[in-house]
Amino acid sequence: MPAPIRLRELIRTIRTARTQAEEREMIQKECAAIRSSFREEDNTYRCRNVAKLLYMHMLGYPAHFGQLECLKLIASQKFTDKRIGYLGAMLLLDERQDVHLLMTNCIKNDLNHSTQYVQGLALCTLGCMGSSEMCRDLAGEVEKLLKTSNSYLRKKAALCAVHVIRKVPELMEMFLPATKNLLSEKNHGVLHTSVVLLTEMCERSPDMLSHFRKLVPQLVRILKNLIMSGYSPEHDVSGISDPFLQVRILRLLRILGRSDDDSSEAMNDILAQVATNTETSKNVGNAILYETVLTIMDIKSESGLRVLAINILGRFLLNNDKNIRYVALTSLLKTVQTDHNAVQRHRSTIVDCLKDLDVSIKRRAMELSFALVNGNNIRGMMKELLYFLDSCDPEFKADCASGVFLAAEKYAPSKRWHIDTIMRVLTTAGSYVRDDSVPNLIQLITNSVEMHAYTVQRLYKALLDDISQQPLVQVSSWCIGEYGDLLVSGQCEEEEPIQDEVLDVLEGLLVSNLSTPVTRGYALTAIMKLSTRFSSVNRIKKVVSIYGSSIDVELQQRAVEYNALFKKYDHMRPALLERMPIMEKTATNGPTEIVQTNGETEPSVLDTKHPPPVTQPANQVRTLKQFWYLHSVLCCCSDPVSPWTFQLQLLSPSSNVVPALNQGTVTQVIRVLNPQKQQLRMRIKLTYTHKGSPVQDLAEVNNFPPQSWQ
Amino acid sequence: MQFMLLFSRQGKLRLQKWYVPLSDKEKKKITRELVQTVLARKPKMCSFLEWRDLKIVYKRYASLYFCCAIEDQDNELITLEIIHRYVELLDKYFGSVCELDIIFNFEKAYFILDEFLLGGEAQETSKKNVLKAIEQADLLQESEDEYLSVKIFK
Repeated sequence: MPAPIRLRELIRTIRTARTQAEEREMIQKECAAIRSSFREEDNTYRCRNVAKLLYMHMLGYPAHFGQLECLKLIASQKFTDKRIGYLGAMLLLDERQDVHLLMTNCIKNDLNHSTQYVQGLALCTLGCMGSSEMCRDLAGEVEKLLKTSNSYLRKKAALCAVHVIRKVPELMEMFLPATKNLLSEKNHGVLHTSVVLLTEMCERSPDMLSHFRKLVPQLVRILKNLIMSGYSPEHDVSGISDPFLQVRILRLLRILGRSDDDSSEAMNDILAQVATNTETSKNVGNAILYETVLTIMDIKSESGLRVLAINILGRFLLNNDKNIRYVALTSLLKTVQTDHNAVQRHRSTIVDCLKDLDVSIKRRAMELSFALVNGNNIRGMMKELLYFLDSCDPEFKADCASGVFLAAEKYAPSKRWHIDTIMRVLTTAGSYVRDDSVPNLIQLITNSVEMHAYTVQRLYKALLDDISQQPLVQVSSWCIGEYGDLLVSGQCEEEEPIQDEVLDVLEGLLVSNLSTPVTRGYALTAIMKLSTRFSSVNRIKKVVSIYGSSIDVELQQRAVEYNALFKKYDHMRPALLERMPIMEKTATNGPTEIVQTNGETEPSVLDTKHPPPVTQPANQVRTLKQFWYLHSVLCCCSDPVSPWTFQLQLLSPSSNVVPALNQGTVTQVIRVLNPQKQQLRMRIKLTYTHKGSPVQDLAEVNNFPPQSWQ
Repeated sequence: MQFMLLFSRQGKLRLQKWYVPLSDKEKKKITRELVQTVLARKPKMCSFLEWRDLKIVYKRYASLYFCCAIEDQDNELITLEIIHRYVELLDKYFGSVCELDIIFNFEKAYFILDEFLLGGEAQETSKKNVLKAIEQADLLQESEDEYLSVKIFK
C-alpha cells in the first residue's frame, strides 16, 4: 500500500476544488483512505493521517472516527506523535464522551516524563479540557509540579491548577501549601500565572481571601519594581514593562482590597503612582490605566483617588480611539450610582457620544445619559435625548422611549412640558413604545386636569397627520373619547374641529388597515363615549349597530353591549360615560390587572344575559366605570381573542384605600361564569409605586377549592 | 478567555481554540453566528461587542480576523494586547506571516498558541521565551524524525 499523502499535499489539493461538491468528494476519498489505514494499525503514518483529519475537521467535516487514534498517538513514545495526538485530543475529544477518560493514564505518565516538553503537552491538555474526573485523578501530579524549580513547568502547572479548581472547587485546599513562595519567583511567566492562581482562589473562597491579604505588600512591591525599573527588552511593550503582569496584579489587588480598609490603604500610593505615571499614548498604557481605575473604584479608596479615577475616565472619553471611549462609558456606567457628582462633570462629553457612529458606544452613552438626568438638567438633557430618539436606529427606540417616559415622570418641571415630551415621543417613535406605556400615559393625562383641553387638541392634530403608530392612536382615541367636548368647544388655542370631523377621524380608525384590533376597540369605545358629549347621537348609534355584526369578536361584543346601553339602559348611559375620576397614585393602588385566567381569555366585561343588579345606582356606576377603565387597560394586553372559557364580572372593591400597618383590608368580588367547569386559576399583577420607585408584584392563586368550579 | 477563533474575510475558519466544554454542534453554531456578526461590522466600529452574555474582542490583521470571547471581569484592552502578542509570535516564527502560512501550517499555529496561552490565560509574557520553547520542541521533533528517518509532514 502506498504511503498516505502528506498533509501539505492534501491541503494543496483540497484548495484546488472549485465547488463545495468537489471538495466534499475529495474529502470523502481521503477519509476512506485514512479509515483503512487506521484499520491496518499503521504506526508509521498514524500521525500524518490524524493531522490530515484535523485539517478536514476544521473545514467542518466529521472526524470522530479519529478519536481513538489520537489516544494511540498520545500513548506513543515519539514526540511527534504526542504533539499531534494531544492536539487532536483537544480538538476532537470533549468531556461528554467517556472516551476521554482513557487519556488519564497517558497524561499521568507524561506528567512524569523525563522531557519537559512532553510534560508541557500533558499539562496544557489537562489545563485546557480536563474533565472533573480527570482533574480529580491528576490533581496530585499537578500539585507536585507546582512545587518544582523548573519555571517552564511551574508556570504551566499553576494555570493547570486554576483549571482543576474551576472543575473541582473542593480540591482548592490541596494547592495551598504550594502557593507559599510563588510570588518570590523572578520568572515573569511564573509570576503571572501565580497571580492568576491566587486570584482564582481568592475569588472562590473568603477564607483564602483573608489568608492571602498578607500578600498585599509583596504585590505592591512587585508592581512598583515593574514601573520603576528601567527598560527590560524581554518584557517591554511600547515602553511599558510587562503590562500583562501589571494588569493581573492590579486585578488581584482589587479583590484583596475590596471591603478591607487596611489593604486598601496599603495600595493607595501605588495606585496613585500607576494612575499618574502610565504612558497613555498607546493602547497598552490605557489597558493598565483602565484596570487601575476599576481597582480604585472597587476598593475602599480615599476620595481624592476616586476623583482621579473618574477624571481618567473623562479623559478616555475624549480619546480618538473608540475602543477607549467604549471602555470609559462602560466603567462610568458602573460608577454613576456611587460617584454621581463626579460623573456629572463629564455629562456634556457623554452626551456628545450619543452622536458616535458606533452602535455599542451609542447604547452606553444613552444608558449613561439617562442615569445622569436630574431635576437640574432635565430640560437640556431631554432636548438631547429627544433628538437622539429622532435619529437613532430602531433597536434603540424602545429603550430610549421608556427611558424618556421614566425621566419625564420623575423630573418634569411642569405638566405642560411633561405632556409635550410625551407627545414628542409618541409622534417620533410611537410604534416602538412599550405596551404598558399606554395605560401609564392615560393615567398621567387623566390626572393633569388643567391640561385636558391642550392635550386632546394636540393629540387630535397628531392623529390627523399619522394614524400608523398604534400607541399614539390608542392614547389619542382614548383622549378624544374622554375630552371630545373640550376639543370642539373652542377652549383650545387653535381653530376647533366640528363634531362630524372628529367622528370621521374615529370612524376612519375603525376601518383603516393600519389599525390593530386593540386600536379598533379603543376607537369604538371613544365613539361611544362621545354620545354623551356630542349631539350627533344618531350617527353614533348607527356606527355602534353596524359593528354589532363585526367579524372581530371583541369589537362585536363591545358594539352589542353599547347597543344594549342605547336600547335598554339609556337612563344609565350618561352616568356610565362620565369623565373618569382622577386615579390616585398611592402605595396601595394602581391598576390591579387580571392579566390571565385559566384558558387565557380576556375577561368579558359585561355578561349581557346577567345585567348588574339595579339596586344601588351609585355602586353600579363605580362598578361599571371600573369595567370601562379595566377594559381600556386590558386592551393593552394585546393577546388576541382565544376560545372563551370563562366570563368574569368584577364588582367594586370595598374601598379604594388599604389602611397602612395591616389595619384593614380591601375586598373585591369577582363573579365567574364557568360553564365548561374548567379549573380555576388566577394570576394577579400589582403595579404600584413605593417611595417613588415602581414596584411590580406577581402572585398566583392555584388552590381554589374544587367546589368552586366543579 | 472562553475561546479564540481565527477566520478569513470569507468566513472560513482557520483556527479554533476552545477553553470551555461544548459539543461539536454547539461550537459550530457559535462559530457560524459569531463569524456572521463580526463580518457584518463596519471598519469604523470599535473592537468590542456584546454577544449573548460574553464580551467579544476582535481585530483584523490583513485578511484574518482574530476573535476572542472573554468574561465579564476580563479587561478588553489587554485582550487586544494578547491578540497582538500572538500575531507577533506568529510573525516571528514564520517570518512575516500571512494567511497561507496559517492554512498550511495550522498545527504549528496551534503549538505556538499553546505555548503562549493555557486554559485561556497567558502562561508566558516574554516573547523570547515562547519562541525559544517552540524552537526547542521543533528541534526535538526534527531530531527524532531524523533518527527514525521518516518525514511526516514535509
